[in-house]
Amino acid sequence: MTTSSRRLDGLWLALIGATALTWALGESGLASRHLAWPAAVVFALSLAKGAMIALDFMELREAPPLWRRFVIGWLLAVVVVILGLRWTIG
Amino acid sequence: MWFVIGIEMLTFGLLFIVFAVARGREPELFRAGQAGLNLHAGALNTALLLTGSWCVARGVHALRLGRALASARWTFGGAACGAGFLASKLVEYHFKLAEGKDLSSDTFHMFYWLLTGFHFLHVAAAVLALTVVVWLTRRRLWGAGHTHAPETVAAFWHMVDLLWIVLFPLVYVLR
Repeated sequence: MTTSSRRLDGLWLALIGATALTWALGESGLASRHLAWPAAVVFALSLAKGAMIALDFMELREAPPLWRRFVIGWLLAVVVVILGLRWTIG
Repeated sequence: MWFVIGIEMLTFGLLFIVFAVARGREPELFRAGQAGLNLHAGALNTALLLTGSWCVARGVHALRLGRALASARWTFGGAACGAGFLASKLVEYHFKLAEGKDLSSDTFHMFYWLLTGFHFLHVAAAVLALTVVVWLTRRRLWGAGHTHAPETVAAFWHMVDLLWIVLFPLVYVLR
């Protein structure tokens, strides 16, 4: 009930912008080199997008803390493990 | 529904991590497999799912304000974005099969079909559920104060979107 339609529109623009950035990084070829930062940037964008979807679209900001912690925790855990594996075993 | 969403997220989370481990074991194979994926189609699919999420959220918002017809239109927009995603994926699958890359080709393609195929089925289920919501909202089954069922379907849709937000960089972008 607390999320206004204008806020939803702004979030959509931010999400599309973040996707365009991810696409540009992939297209530039940087995301396929043995560099640590492009992967970090791409997954940081994923975290930001995921948080917007979970907190605002799924409305977990107002939900019981357990659900909010589960979804945000899932997102963080998956991204940290994937990046950790990428930077250690390749 | 939140219980189902929790189980789905744990299952996909595990699959994502297993994909990352397998990639570390056969980096050249995965790099070659990922090079055969269409990044533009992947980005377009991401935009479709995100736009669908925006439409679905606007639909729930409109329903809470008692604007049932507007809500049905927004939710229809969400279902249409989902249908667009499914159509685009079917084209991608058609080309993959034409190249002879199926589930049994190699480790990369086994994961590709498993992850994206499993996700595809979830999008299909969400589109079906959204279509039912559109139909019943138009028949005024729900309105301000009676939004629980559409909210539940919306939460499922957003979860499908959330899963893709991790799947897209993992499989399509970072090579």
